[in-house]
Amino acid sequence: MLYWDHEKECMPREKLQELQLRRLKETVYRVYSFVPAYKAKMDEAGVKPQDIKSLADLKYLPFLTKQDFRDNYPFGLLAVPMRDVVRIQSSSGTTGKPTVAGYTKNDIETWAELMARCMTTAGATRDSVIQITWGYGLFTGGLGGHYGAEKIGAAVLPASGGNTKRQVQLMHDYGVTMLGCTPSYALVIYEEFQRMGLKRSEFKFKSGIFGAEPWSENMRKEIETKWEIDAHDVYGMTELVGPGVAIDCAYKQGLHLAEDHFIAEIIDPDTGEVLPEGSHGELVITSLTKEALPIIRYRTRDLTSINYEKCDCGRTHGRIKKILGRSDDMLIIRGVNVFPSMVESILLQIPGIEPQYQLIVERKNNLDRLEVQVEVSENVFSDEVRKLEELEDKISKELNSGLGIAVKVRLVEPQSIERSEGKAKRIIDNRKI
Amino acid sequence: MAKQISVFLENKSGRLAHVTKVLGDAGINIRALSIADTSDFGILRLIVNDPINAHKILKEAGFTVSETEVIAVRMPDSPGGLASVLDQMSEENLNIEYLYAFLGMSGNEALVVFKVEDIKKAKISFNSKGIKFMEEQELYQL
Repeated sequence: MLYWDHEKECMPREKLQELQLRRLKETVYRVYSFVPAYKAKMDEAGVKPQDIKSLADLKYLPFLTKQDFRDNYPFGLLAVPMRDVVRIQSSSGTTGKPTVAGYTKNDIETWAELMARCMTTAGATRDSVIQITWGYGLFTGGLGGHYGAEKIGAAVLPASGGNTKRQVQLMHDYGVTMLGCTPSYALVIYEEFQRMGLKRSEFKFKSGIFGAEPWSENMRKEIETKWEIDAHDVYGMTELVGPGVAIDCAYKQGLHLAEDHFIAEIIDPDTGEVLPEGSHGELVITSLTKEALPIIRYRTRDLTSINYEKCDCGRTHGRIKKILGRSDDMLIIRGVNVFPSMVESILLQIPGIEPQYQLIVERKNNLDRLEVQVEVSENVFSDEVRKLEELEDKISKELNSGLGIAVKVRLVEPQSIERSEGKAKRIIDNRKI
Repeated sequence: MAKQISVFLENKSGRLAHVTKVLGDAGINIRALSIADTSDFGILRLIVNDPINAHKILKEAGFTVSETEVIAVRMPDSPGGLASVLDQMSEENLNIEYLYAFLGMSGNEALVVFKVEDIKKAKISFNSKGIKFMEEQELYQL
């Protein structure tokens, strides 16, 4: 059994909770003192930092939501001056205001620790050759994986995304032992590997850490059987730090959440009430060690439950159940977050287009495809095919650049988009996740 | 000059049947039609005996409809009839967006519907070249 930091990962819960409380108090003091937006929220809720005397007092603190990130765009939630920020990452594919994350030198170090822990849990050692095919750039996947792999002392291949044939060649020629990518891409690479007619025995591929999109146990089985590897689920998001917040161990009975760096709560998404242990609900995360962007009770919108029983692997950190649903209408398509409202605001910027649209998501050959159906109004209708095709093309280009993913646009007749109780049904997700 | 009714249709079964039924129920007679299609959608173009009413009822039935000015050109119903017209249009630099033929003409004349880029220019050219086209009211009475 491999641990990156045995002391922290297997800390007795009592000691872990002491550590959490100490760090929580410190974090709350810091946000109250240095982030006006937090101070305003806490004052409004009538809570002072000194009111937080136990972990149970966490529930008195106000929630942080994606809207707070928008309202305080770009740097309003940072708790340090810009001179202490060494990195800025931001969420993928948002139109108006992306979610911005700042990192101090220590934050980058902590993030690397977290990812090193995850990769070690998934079997990485100094001897590993790790290929990162998450995108490098503002998206947290690429650099997050990269720093973690380097921290371990493994050899890292910063392949970034795209060019599947080259990915297979790299894996084959450089003796890659671990892959970090989206789970669907692991299957796309597999198909390319088969087309290329290479022998599995010529690969040293042993395990993968997969994340940045929802995937089922069935998909895990498929990846593990086809590739003959061990497939681990890594969890994270830009607001929290990036990937590295949680990962499942060899027993795959939920994802160990790094509780020395984060506190998790499960709430009822409708009432905001904290639910008893073991309940299914929305995951709320509080950071304990982040300097630049501390987050208090961030509503992730991800639906799960937490199991605090000690795992057979020896780790004491609570395990979140594989995340398969959300409490909002966000879609995750090839690692990119897409809200119907984003599609709507892009459509509204195109003259003559009315916001009558529907998003259809399909998973074909393991890749998610987004089709946006737009009703043709008289304002944009033409008796010439060429003009309508130009319109389709224009909409598709606007959506593509606004969302950050390729979108197929289909023009449809008015009123053909399904409406239920007067409200248009915006999403049809046909993926079997 | 004539008014063509254009209707947006999704490529799915029953849509054309629906349009024609709506028109038929309203006692509207289709005089000429063509469909331009792509893999996703089609545009149905119609010449009917009552374009104003047709537009209204199709719109009421929920279709996206538009009216387009087209020109119905008369030509001899004999080999080379269309070629001669096209030839003369080419000499006059008249750009054609699309064209389609009328249904059920009798006698020795054929009637072809043209959508041209510049309809005013086309009319002047036709008059100077002696190309005959049908007036609106005459067309609807056919």
